[in-house]
Amino acid sequence: MAEVVADTVGSIGPAEVAEVELYHATSWLTKYVFCQDAKVIAIQYSVTAMAIGLVALVLSWLMRLQLAFPGTFSLIQSENYYQFITMHGMIMVIYLLTALFLGGFGNYLIPLMLGARDMAFPYVNMLSYWVYLLAVLVLVASFFAPGGPTGAGWTLYPPQAILSGTPGHEWGIILMLASLILFIIGFTMGGLNYVVTVLQCRTRGMTLMRMPLTVWGIFTATVMALLAFPALFVGCVMMLLDRLLGTSFFMPSIVQLGQQLSYSGGSPILFQHLFWFFGHPEVYIVALPAFGIVSDLISTHARKNIFGYRMMVWAIVGIGALSFVVWAHHMYISGMDPYFGFFFATTTLIIAVPTAIKVYNWVLTLWRGNIHLTVPMLFALGFIVTFVNGGLTGLFLGNVVVDVPLSATLFVVAHFHMVMGVAPIFVVFGGIYHWYPKVTGRMLDETLGKIHFWVTFLGAYAIFFPMHYLGLLGVPRRYYELGATAFIPPSAASLNVFITVAALIVGAAQLVFLFNLIWSLSKGRAPGGNPWGATTLEWQTPQTPPGHGNWGKELPVVYRWAYDYSVPGTERDFVPQNQPASAPTA
Amino acid sequence: MANPAPTTTVASLTRHDGWERFAADWSSDQRAFKTASWGKVMMWIFLLSDTFIFSCFLLSYMTVRMSTTVPWPNPSEVFALELGGKPVPLILIAIMTFILISSSGTMAMAVNYGYRRERRTTAALMLATAAFGASFVGMQAFEWTKLIREGVRPWGNPWGADQFGSSFFMITGFHGTHVTIGVIFLIIIARKVWRGDFDRERRGFFTSRKGRYENVEIMGLYWHFVDLVWVFIFALFYLW
Ligand code: HEM
Ligand SMILES: [Cu+2]
Repeated sequence: MAEVVADTVGSIGPAEVAEVELYHATSWLTKYVFCQDAKVIAIQYSVTAMAIGLVALVLSWLMRLQLAFPGTFSLIQSENYYQFITMHGMIMVIYLLTALFLGGFGNYLIPLMLGARDMAFPYVNMLSYWVYLLAVLVLVASFFAPGGPTGAGWTLYPPQAILSGTPGHEWGIILMLASLILFIIGFTMGGLNYVVTVLQCRTRGMTLMRMPLTVWGIFTATVMALLAFPALFVGCVMMLLDRLLGTSFFMPSIVQLGQQLSYSGGSPILFQHLFWFFGHPEVYIVALPAFGIVSDLISTHARKNIFGYRMMVWAIVGIGALSFVVWAHHMYISGMDPYFGFFFATTTLIIAVPTAIKVYNWVLTLWRGNIHLTVPMLFALGFIVTFVNGGLTGLFLGNVVVDVPLSATLFVVAHFHMVMGVAPIFVVFGGIYHWYPKVTGRMLDETLGKIHFWVTFLGAYAIFFPMHYLGLLGVPRRYYELGATAFIPPSAASLNVFITVAALIVGAAQLVFLFNLIWSLSKGRAPGGNPWGATTLEWQTPQTPPGHGNWGKELPVVYRWAYDYSVPGTERDFVPQNQPASAPTA
Repeated sequence: MANPAPTTTVASLTRHDGWERFAADWSSDQRAFKTASWGKVMMWIFLLSDTFIFSCFLLSYMTVRMSTTVPWPNPSEVFALELGGKPVPLILIAIMTFILISSSGTMAMAVNYGYRRERRTTAALMLATAAFGASFVGMQAFEWTKLIREGVRPWGNPWGADQFGSSFFMITGFHGTHVTIGVIFLIIIARKVWRGDFDRERRGFFTSRKGRYENVEIMGLYWHFVDLVWVFIFALFYLW
């Protein structure tokens, strides 16, 4: 395919788009707290997400301690283990990763990368954050509610989720559902902003096909989220009614402890469909921004244009569309019709094609590039490795016959941690090391960053690689202790100790990162506006950190795509997007 | 930077065909929808998302209705009114539907007069729309009361599957909430039109953004959507 994407020729039309009506803050409160500036909202989102993510991290230590030394901790009873698991999973997936990628990175990067002054609707954008904060507070409140947080598992499957056998059935599950509903409302407000801004508020010359892949990833993920969260919303509303009003949407007739409950005739499988119609796209809501960001990191730090830009865009869009027709691969063991299983296995494996294209393109971008092993680049490479690793086990689990014995074992836990836990988190880290100098005007410390990377990378493998093996042995998922079983050898217990030690070390490395974040804020090196020599617009702002309204009097004009690195015959090894073709350096 | 002279455009204009042209139009400079304002685009996308919510509600309703083993209450009996000693099936709901569809008519006229900047007519038509909407919600409240008096509860009813009451109250309630929110905003915007806020681009109390006549049209999009959804609820709940 002969593609000429790097077209510097093309019309730069007159401005068609009015500028965002900025709100000029007059008081400290409207400038830093109830702020309508997307950059501040982004920081608010990120800090909140990381704070609640820290809770999820601590919960993972507690779970790991219990698994390695069962019976040692009187504080961790089996009910607590389920509560930890549930909160850990839900926080990591929704309140940390989704909020951080879309609310954090999205808010910061979309307007800057597109040459806009702000999001299309700054006021709604501000509301989005406050509703998100409320959702987080409601979630945290469940830790202090009578009975504690819910222990239903992050999938919240009924009927058990709301029956009295499950910990947190008193308040925990109600608060969890309420918090999710709030999250969805808050997200919708933000999401509408991101989509409209990308579609309608680009600066002159910024066609969709000149957008950096970061924006493509976040944009597609947001569109998907706007279409997938409705299913979760409906599921939550119906379960809330089942719990509070005694309706039977998801509840069949049940005899519990010899007593016939008042429920009858509902369909638990219906919830699974609703949940996974959201749940699978959710995986890509987290993955697509990561795909986009990692493309930009690799291209910038390898000083080479991204390989197959057009393909990358279509792969993102294609993955986004396909991921709405694969959800039932999470339900192979729900007793569904084998023909269904066949259909969903096929669609699942088809997704591997665009995904593989992306991986090849990343590798081909690196191929003979001028690779700088900066911290963002290290994390980007770490992402590729772990993502490929998790993707390969995904191919196993996508097939019905292989999945049936493996599902509900630690193999699944290992798979999804690799592919949607560790891999996107690496991109989060890489992204933070990359954009921190733009956000704060200072570099993060490189040595601490390298320590952080190596410990986290090797540690993540030490944690999750052995888990595959445990899963193949048949160690079940969501078990709080193994006890004496015939089919699990005693050595599994030693392996569990090893994993836990690794998990604690990895946890400690995150504290190094936190320290780095705070320390560098005042002590970091001040590198100027464009330390990485990047082409995209956010690095070309007149001030660093970008001021109110992002740009000076004039909006930037875009003359080229985002990947003019090492162009032969140019003075520097990069050409910013807003540099005209006729300039002497070209 | 002053306006740079446009560079060659011809090449980039004639390059595409078929699907490529489609993609190129969509991805063209600055904005994807050349004629739509930001507010309208936002409303359209919101409505798309909301469509998914209603679809999930309705699909869930269809699923529980099909999977329950107990017979479903007969809608033409349940939703009948005694008129002159005889039960008339679906009469209330027919009136409600008629009212809601009419309100779409007045809304469309309001948008039209808004374009012509006829302040008072626009405001009056919006208030008429709001009145239609309010009477719809009122009749819905009447219907709920009637059913509750007859013993229908979210968790059960005298005639058959428990899920009848649950899905009925949930879905009509969710739709009724949409109508109520619509009525509130209709009144707010009608007041702004009446006062001439949009002619003077007066800033909003909360948002401190300039008011525009376009808000009438965005309101209209929402209102027509709520009506359209009702048609599906009507068909799937009352006619099935
Ligand atoms: C150091 C990092 C992490 C460690 C040590 C860790 C550890 C664990 C453990 C021990 C479990 C329970 C396994 C079981 O008994 O079934 C678990 C479950 C889970 N984790 Fe992590 N995790 C980490 C990071 C993450 C991240 C970044 C994500 C984000 C996607 C994540 C998402 C989940 C989910 C969704 C579950 C399933 C919860 C459930 O079964 O309901 N974890 N994790
Ligand atoms: Cu999936």
